[in-house]
Amino acid sequence: MTQNNPRKRKPGAGRKPNPVPTKAIRLPLPLVNQLLDLKNQGKLDMGAIIPSRTLSSVPLPFFESRVQAGFPSPADDFSEGTLDLNAYLIKHKAATFFVRVTGDSMTGVGIFPGDILIVDRSLPHHSGKIVIAVLNGEMTVKRLKQEGDKILLCPENDKYAPLSVSEDEDFSIWGVVTNVIHPFS
Amino acid sequence: MNSVFALVDCNAFFVSCEKVFQPALEGKPVIVLSSNDGCAIARSNEAKALGIKMGDPLFKIQEIVKKNHVKVFSSNFSFYGDMSSRVMETLKQFSPSLEIYSIDEAFLNLRSLPENELFSHGCRIKEIVKLWTGIPVSIGIGPTKTLAKVANHLAKKQSLGCCVLLKQNDIEAALRNFSLQDVWGIGSQWSKKLSYLGLTTALDLAQADSSWIRKTFNVILARTALELKGISCLSLEETLQPKKSLISSRSFGKPVTSVEVLRQALSYHASSLAQKLRQQKSTTSLVSIFIRTSPFHRHEPYYMNSCAIPLLFPSHDTTLLIKAVTSGLEKIFKEGALYKKAGVMALQLLPEDQVIPSLFQDKEGLIRRKLLFQTFDKLNDRFGRGSLVFASEGFRKTWRSKASLKSASFTQDWEQLPRVR
Ligand SMILES: [Mg+2]
Repeated sequence: MTQNNPRKRKPGAGRKPNPVPTKAIRLPLPLVNQLLDLKNQGKLDMGAIIPSRTLSSVPLPFFESRVQAGFPSPADDFSEGTLDLNAYLIKHKAATFFVRVTGDSMTGVGIFPGDILIVDRSLPHHSGKIVIAVLNGEMTVKRLKQEGDKILLCPENDKYAPLSVSEDEDFSIWGVVTNVIHPFS
Repeated sequence: MNSVFALVDCNAFFVSCEKVFQPALEGKPVIVLSSNDGCAIARSNEAKALGIKMGDPLFKIQEIVKKNHVKVFSSNFSFYGDMSSRVMETLKQFSPSLEIYSIDEAFLNLRSLPENELFSHGCRIKEIVKLWTGIPVSIGIGPTKTLAKVANHLAKKQSLGCCVLLKQNDIEAALRNFSLQDVWGIGSQWSKKLSYLGLTTALDLAQADSSWIRKTFNVILARTALELKGISCLSLEETLQPKKSLISSRSFGKPVTSVEVLRQALSYHASSLAQKLRQQKSTTSLVSIFIRTSPFHRHEPYYMNSCAIPLLFPSHDTTLLIKAVTSGLEKIFKEGALYKKAGVMALQLLPEDQVIPSLFQDKEGLIRRKLLFQTFDKLNDRFGRGSLVFASEGFRKTWRSKASLKSASFTQDWEQLPRVR
């Protein structure tokens, strides 16, 4: 921890032929022993001893453009931060979850196997929304359609037919899908 | 009316977390085990109905589990921690003053609401938490924290899951049937002593003379009695008090004899403590370690030893902590023992900004180390804990405890997201 950068050695550091003025200081006991050990081993470089005042934290400026010829970059003045994809995609952090798609029943709206869906549980789930539904203990992504008392879970792929949810089935809406993350690869 | 507290408590929290992403578990008996797959620490209602008690060791209930196809999970604390922070985040919209009391409980200040709206407000909180996070909660509302706890107990038994105790008659009626042992802060020991003196229900204590309680017992119990009377003595502690000491310890999956494996385990604990210290912007100047064999082994002699190692200066530097525990282990390791558990404690914690830098810490070195560990922590945040480790922790972690029944980290790992068809 205490290695000193030789290039940054203080001018006038190191042993001197002439004694320098001294001062008594108060140290915790383990430190005193350490100090004596180091001294005995000849490892104590007076350059390592820096007044403690100068060791407090160094606040770094938030905008750190290289100062050239003494002029700061004028762009620093206009910095407004960066775009945060999380903030854009997630409106309710506590209620938002990610799920992975395994089936191909929703390819018609661009949801493919392997894609990740962003699901917000706090949003209202009315007819027409793409939802994660739980049907008989299984999570599935479908378009929700409500016609009167009838609840339909509609795939977006001609290979599959809409599922009509009957009353005796275990059914609930888990959340509303807000976005799909689909890599092109 | 002076104060109104609500205690929000998640129902069978760890089990509920598992259920959110495995809806097929609904209606089934489910339990979650303590670390090292020891005892049941969370039970679904269906598991409770089978007679599985809190803290039952797995081997004791093995038969019930088999016969009734009880679904058993190893605990997945980092996943539960994430779900907990979602619940707390959701609660914050209902009251700006919130005290996170434990991983699954929080006190809210509801003083600003009219009394006749409290019940519907409580029901609304319950509904929203369930909707947003999938976690069912119970809500108890009362004029003191202790009475809010009592109300919460009662709420757990009601179908609506919300109970308000504010009117004097309601409070008395509730306390009359409430066992002293279940009152917040009264353990079985005190309740036993109290019952010798003829106090068995919470109402008995509420109506007892408080100066007599202070003299016969102590000021803490007197305070509880006042709280049961409806006089608020405990306020909301909103700011999380930084912990006075930190511990990291684990039982081993199987007995360990090698000093090398012990060193790896202790290094792991030292590293995770250093990480926790940095997280709470705190430092330690005294590290204590312990190693022990199993106290239940009949044929092996019991060995336990510990030692404390002072650091040269207050620090949260992983390498310094690892160095300390390594040197401590050399002092207490005994050849031939079958070690079952090891752990590290960080003591004499001091906030980072109160550390007076020592003469031996050079400024540049300190800044470099700070940067190093900021990067270290950032990488582990981003790629998951344990992505970057110190070599002294070892890579195989042969000492790891059993967690064979762990479910996925549904909210924390891209590879383990819940699957939908
Ligand atoms: Mg609970």
